[in-house]
Amino acid sequence: MIISEKHDNTLFSCIKINDFGVKIGNTKILRDVNLHFHSGDLTALIGPNGAGKSTLLKAILGQIAHTGSITFVDKAKKLIRKPKIGYVPQKLDFDYSSPLSVLDIFAASFSRKPVWFHISKDVRKKTIESLSRVNGEQLIDKRLGVLSGGELQRVLLALALQPVPDILLLDEPVSGIDQNGLKLFYSIVSKLREKYNLSIILVSHDLHLVYKYADYIAFLNNGTIECFGTSQEVFSSSKVIEIFGIDWNEALKRQNEEGEKYDSMV
Amino acid sequence: MTVWYKIVDFLLPFQWAEFDFMKNALLGVLLVTPMFGLLGTLVVNNKMGFFSDALGHSALTGIAIGVILGIKNPLWSMLGFSVILAVVIVKVKNVNTASTDTIIGVFSSIAVALGIAILSFRGGFTKYSTYLIGDLLSIKSDDMLLLGVTLIVVIFIWIFLFNKLLLVSVNHSLASSRGIKINFYEYMFTIIVAVIVTVSIQWVGVLIINSMLLLPAASARNIAGNIRQYHVYSVLIAVFSGVSGLLLSYFLGTASGATIVLISSLFFAATFFKKILS
Repeated sequence: MIISEKHDNTLFSCIKINDFGVKIGNTKILRDVNLHFHSGDLTALIGPNGAGKSTLLKAILGQIAHTGSITFVDKAKKLIRKPKIGYVPQKLDFDYSSPLSVLDIFAASFSRKPVWFHISKDVRKKTIESLSRVNGEQLIDKRLGVLSGGELQRVLLALALQPVPDILLLDEPVSGIDQNGLKLFYSIVSKLREKYNLSIILVSHDLHLVYKYADYIAFLNNGTIECFGTSQEVFSSSKVIEIFGIDWNEALKRQNEEGEKYDSMV
Repeated sequence: MTVWYKIVDFLLPFQWAEFDFMKNALLGVLLVTPMFGLLGTLVVNNKMGFFSDALGHSALTGIAIGVILGIKNPLWSMLGFSVILAVVIVKVKNVNTASTDTIIGVFSSIAVALGIAILSFRGGFTKYSTYLIGDLLSIKSDDMLLLGVTLIVVIFIWIFLFNKLLLVSVNHSLASSRGIKINFYEYMFTIIVAVIVTVSIQWVGVLIINSMLLLPAASARNIAGNIRQYHVYSVLIAVFSGVSGLLLSYFLGTASGATIVLISSLFFAATFFKKILS
């Protein structure tokens, strides 16, 4: 077990998003978004295309301007600060021909020395430690562009966990990862979640996965959270049923009872 | 400069090195090419090739504005205009996520047309044509100081800010998740590119400055497996092409900038085939 730094995520620490709003031009993309995430919880963010999921992600990351606040509150409710965020993008939109090695991107993230000049043995060691969390030590000297979809996802996960964040944002990959790769990825995520008591936000398109693994579901529609609760609560909501066409509660229950098809997946 | 002249006389006892203009040009090349080698790596990574081309073209408008305002040294009006253009392009690009190529193309064409229209007013364009192909051999000791300072600024930035610039070039969301202020670095980098392209344009020329910026880095990335190799190859190819191109142009009587570009394009061809074959 590797814990490289002191970490204060405990059962009762929490991340609060208060009154988030995003306006682009005159269009309100997001409004009145209020969410609380407790450490150790996996919260899935679902919603139809165009509901504002990626905008909310970008706002949480601070990539686009927003109103409202996001704060990390520790268990004693004494420490209040901006949360450290680990982010695993859905698809890393980067130049696959770039001569960028896995070690380069780690060194650039946590070393002050310019990576074109020198990468110290310490940084290399730290990178190996990081990669070992995701069974990826052997990838260290490979170019980022030659990794398979699953390998890249694991490398990005390791990067997001260095340093261990207050909250882990996972944008679920839609394509490019084979079943085995996905299975490995989620088994690593659940192990790490237990180990570091991470609070995780999973932006998901796979309702089977969400139903099975999310502690809470936030349903984003028309630019705001229209429904929040456990999977059973959310999937019983008429709004959710309306958007996704069928009663997922019933459909998924039936499917899970029948084939356990998705057990093998995760 | 006298020190440099003595060094050249001592190290290079050849006929070509007896001329002061060649000594100056050699020093100029040794200052410009490593700078382009370094800068090119991130320009290529950020897919800014077309953007730097537009900046080069905007130099014409910069000169034209200088002429209108009656500024003696056109460098200042060129710098001012290219920095403004760089900022405007990034702003427009960030607002409108449509095709960046089109946006840059539009600005570039306007800049060139405006520049040519003003400079050709009453048929006076010929005296500005040196800006089109550049003239390394006309480089003077005063200009050396400016080039030296810009090289030092680039090295300084590459030492202290490179890692963040690299992460921004990989992916914006990933960089912001690590607390990097994307906008700041994006503007800073484009402004640096604008300044360096403008400062060097007199010597290298509007038509080929972009090739000098892109070719060494583009060749290096054909064979590099990590960022360190990328930089080493890029700078080496840039400096080697620069020096050998300068000498070749002396013996062949060709334009030095173009000769340098031709040599680096040989590097590109060679590395490209190596990449395909391996």
